Amino acid sequence: MKEEIIIAGFGGQGVLSMGKILAYSGLMDDKEVTWFPAYGPEQRGGTANVTVILSDEKISSPIVDAYDVVIALNQQSLDKFAPKVKKGGILIYDTNGIHKVPEVEDASIYPIDAMTATLEIGNPKAYNMVVLGALLEAMPYKLPKENVVKGLKKSLPERYHHLIPLNEQAIEKGGELLKK
Amino acid sequence: MKEEVTLMKGNEAVAIAAIRYGCDGYFGYPITPQSEVLETLEAEMPWETTGMVVLQAESEVAAINMVYGGAATGKAVMTSSSSPGISLKQEGISYIAAAMLPALILNVMRGGPGLGTIQPSQADYFQATKGGGHGDYHLIVLAPASVQEMVDFVGLGFDLSFKYLTPAMILADGIVGQMMEKVVLPPQRPRRTDEEVKAQCPWAATGRTGMRERNVVTSLEMDPARMEVNNHKLQAVYKEIEKNECRWEEKNVEDADYLIVAFGSVARICEKAAEIAAEKGIKVGLLRPITLWPFPKDAVEKAAQGKKGILVVELNAGQMIEDVRLATHDRLPVEHFGRLGGIIPSPSEIVDALEEKFKA
Repeated sequence: MKEEIIIAGFGGQGVLSMGKILAYSGLMDDKEVTWFPAYGPEQRGGTANVTVILSDEKISSPIVDAYDVVIALNQQSLDKFAPKVKKGGILIYDTNGIHKVPEVEDASIYPIDAMTATLEIGNPKAYNMVVLGALLEAMPYKLPKENVVKGLKKSLPERYHHLIPLNEQAIEKGGELLKK
Repeated sequence: MKEEVTLMKGNEAVAIAAIRYGCDGYFGYPITPQSEVLETLEAEMPWETTGMVVLQAESEVAAINMVYGGAATGKAVMTSSSSPGISLKQEGISYIAAAMLPALILNVMRGGPGLGTIQPSQADYFQATKGGGHGDYHLIVLAPASVQEMVDFVGLGFDLSFKYLTPAMILADGIVGQMMEKVVLPPQRPRRTDEEVKAQCPWAATGRTGMRERNVVTSLEMDPARMEVNNHKLQAVYKEIEKNECRWEEKNVEDADYLIVAFGSVARICEKAAEIAAEKGIKVGLLRPITLWPFPKDAVEKAAQGKKGILVVELNAGQMIEDVRLATHDRLPVEHFGRLGGIIPSPSEIVDALEEKFKA
């Protein structure tokens, strides 16, 4: 198994940390992992993306041409990365602020309203975990839930461990968005 | 003992590896994309565990001169920076090389010239391998392609540096510094005791005890005849290093029509490019120099035999290609493909370049 994933959006949306939790979850599931961020000098408001590769085998390039899964959380990211979904791949995008969806052939497309779902949970910081939940549901590779929880524990500093149940709830919620 | 596997950025891994190696001191100044080295050391607070000194100096120039001072006392000391900061350190590096002291310097390269950009680059190849500072000197230059090698080269860099009394540089790019991947951490080694340092480094300025001969550590010699002797001493050491320490890695070289030569994380992008090329029926082998100085020229010459051409892929305008051409005496076409200023090529871009340049 090999999943080449890109998560792209605005800085501040939790793109990099979502990738980090995904990467740690893969590590806990005994996979080879690379996490490669791309962002400008800005901390918040600019665009940011992260490429995460999970594989049974040693990973050569951390940078790839096309992705098994593209997650786009704003219009710019959707325009840039939707054409790079592999044939038979997956495109997930948040419908908020999207006014035009590029045509993508031979891919499963999941528009999600992650923002509303996050507001229903009541903590806007859980936004990226809702998106992660949708990703985990959509990916053919099924990451066992206990390894995702282990991944959360590994990647979050201990002072935030009391938020793990909230994160789990958000992941659950994100998964449900896809089942609808 | 069970292996300790974790996920880390290359920069964080260097910091942890330095503590685990038993490094005595780190002196640095923050600059993107390598600030996590200093940040991780500050967070780990090794001064409370191993006794390692961690100091944020007032400038890069101060930091490298603190390394010079620490090295003169036989301690295992290091600094890290990124391209513009490494330029500032060049005077100190030349002094350390001339004084024949061990030290470890990490350069996590960013796009230049000038203040440039904070994105990855390999444009400091010339600076690292051909001098950088003034005078006839060399550094031992190691180019890591993975976070694991960032860890391993801290130990290797210090070991080689102490063996040959020549400063070592880890020449990393922003990709390997910022990327996270799986690493196996080495066990904690104790720092050497003062007695061990005195026994291993009889040349060090450790305080004059027992009326032994005074140890003088300097790069200055006013008498040209003696300065020439010092230069010959350095050159003799460099010959030894060239003879013993060339390191490289090869993949599918024997059964290939073309050869790609690339270093650092770019070699991994090229590995994927070679896979794509193979699907198109183009047989490409890969040679990755691990030591950039000494350059594995015999290995490159051997790998070039029977090939239709060599593509040298670098994040610069063509630097290592000069060493590849020297190694192969221009007996076959050697072409260059590079992206500049912080842009990273994708694997298929490299395949396109190969097809275009060699009509493959």
